[in-house]
Amino acid sequence: MIVVVEDLSYSYDSRVAIQDLSFAVPKGQIYGILGPNGGGKSTLFRILSTMMHPTSGCASVAGFDVRTHPAEVRRRTGVVFQSQSLDRKLTVAENLHSQGHLFGLHGRALQVRIEDLVQRLGLYGRTSDLVGKLSGGLRQRVEIAKALLHEPSVLLMDEPSTGLDPGARRDLWNYIERLRQEQDVTVLLTTHILEEADRCDRLLLLHHGRKVIEGAPAELKSRVGGDIVVLETAAENGLENSLAARFGVQPHRVDGRIRVEIANGHRFIAEVVEAFPGAIESIALHRPTLEDVFLSETGALFE
Amino acid sequence: MNSGFWLPAFTLWRRELTRFWREKARVAGFVGSPLIFWLVIGSGFGNLSFFFPGALTLTVMFSAVFSTMSLIEDRREGFLLSMLVSPAPRSAMVLGKVMGSATLAWIQGLMFLAFFPLAGFRPSAVAIAELVGVLFLISFTFTSLGFLLAWQMDSTQGFHAVINLLLFPLWMISGAIFSIESAHGWMQVLMRMNPLTYSLALVRHFLECSNGEGLPPLTMSLVVSLTTGIALWMASTFAASQRTTRNFG
Repeated sequence: MIVVVEDLSYSYDSRVAIQDLSFAVPKGQIYGILGPNGGGKSTLFRILSTMMHPTSGCASVAGFDVRTHPAEVRRRTGVVFQSQSLDRKLTVAENLHSQGHLFGLHGRALQVRIEDLVQRLGLYGRTSDLVGKLSGGLRQRVEIAKALLHEPSVLLMDEPSTGLDPGARRDLWNYIERLRQEQDVTVLLTTHILEEADRCDRLLLLHHGRKVIEGAPAELKSRVGGDIVVLETAAENGLENSLAARFGVQPHRVDGRIRVEIANGHRFIAEVVEAFPGAIESIALHRPTLEDVFLSETGALFE
Repeated sequence: MNSGFWLPAFTLWRRELTRFWREKARVAGFVGSPLIFWLVIGSGFGNLSFFFPGALTLTVMFSAVFSTMSLIEDRREGFLLSMLVSPAPRSAMVLGKVMGSATLAWIQGLMFLAFFPLAGFRPSAVAIAELVGVLFLISFTFTSLGFLLAWQMDSTQGFHAVINLLLFPLWMISGAIFSIESAHGWMQVLMRMNPLTYSLALVRHFLECSNGEGLPPLTMSLVVSLTTGIALWMASTFAASQRTTRNFG
């Protein structure tokens, strides 16, 4: 376990941001912290990147406690911030050099390392460009190169895809997966984007600062029973009560729609449409998504 | 060489200079302002020799303080974050940033100083070397002050306001526009409590090569100026090593 969090809590004055959070990240995984905005992700990120001390409990990275050994943690962690941290008035190479210097790297060793990362992240030929003139996707790749310069064993990323267009997002994920394989880094990222969460090896759902559930995305989705059937009705006609009475299901009215978790949804649809002609505007079936997992575990919409 | 301290400090120092050089508007203002001063003031002013040391000091102190505004930009643009999560000690970070800004202010001061013959001064070569040192000390002192203020602030507007509120009065009662002995009793006390009075006295001492009538003694001026500079620098280092959540907004 390369990142270990135990009974971690954090409060801003009176507001509790994280409460009794425990989890562990196995080495070499892409581990996602998924939750709606305001759920405590950023606070957790700041604690793991040694910017803030936990109010109680503890967290360690590569065996070093973030509170007592921040310098050791920093040497083993690469941090990619959501708000970018590059100097836009310097070139790509200048940014990478000064980052190397901040970590005590210099000379030939630093040069070799920079060239290697520039190759890996597809930045070849861009090193003398000013960062301010790069596209968002390229800049994000420079951020990653910068975070990996000192060969960290853990890469911490705060909302890495936010603000990227779909193409850049796809690229980013290809790079993340390659890095994990070739560089043997563990990636711990926060996200509120469900498609991104789906690509993680393991996920932790965070809601109101508490752990909701943890596991591989497929595993989490399999916990939701069978299929999801969503019905739109003409009006508040009490259809959910009729459904419950007739089929013994537990429908939820969410956001004006009726949502039912049920095995063999296709059969259920046929029966419902027969049983309540005219009461249904539309009806749809899908396999459980992470959104459904969140909804069924917390009773709240993911937004 | 301890690469864990000096290398980060060096890279941050160099970064200040590179950024400065990339912004041509800043370079133009930097070179232009002493020139304009001399075109305007030098062409029709009687008592230049009295005002020269004050104008020189003013140039350096404002240049020094304002270049520390880059710290506020660093915070806004996010660059500060990457400094804060690096293993480089905060003291190295402060030293690098302060030295970077101080170097710029110092160079501008030297450009201004080069006009001394126009003001009628004939300092010796040694005195010029001493002046070069004093200008660096003033630059260093005011960048440290600027750092200390900028560390607490999120907006450059607020920074401007505070600086003007603080710097002008400090300068006006430093002996730049009227001498200590010509001031009223209570004003004399204020002037003697103002550390800038002593730095300005150093400039006057070396420029005029005089025994400095009506000025604080040389040794005392040196001690007060050095102490102020070092104290402000240490205060900046202390402030930067405090862990606060607001730096990470």
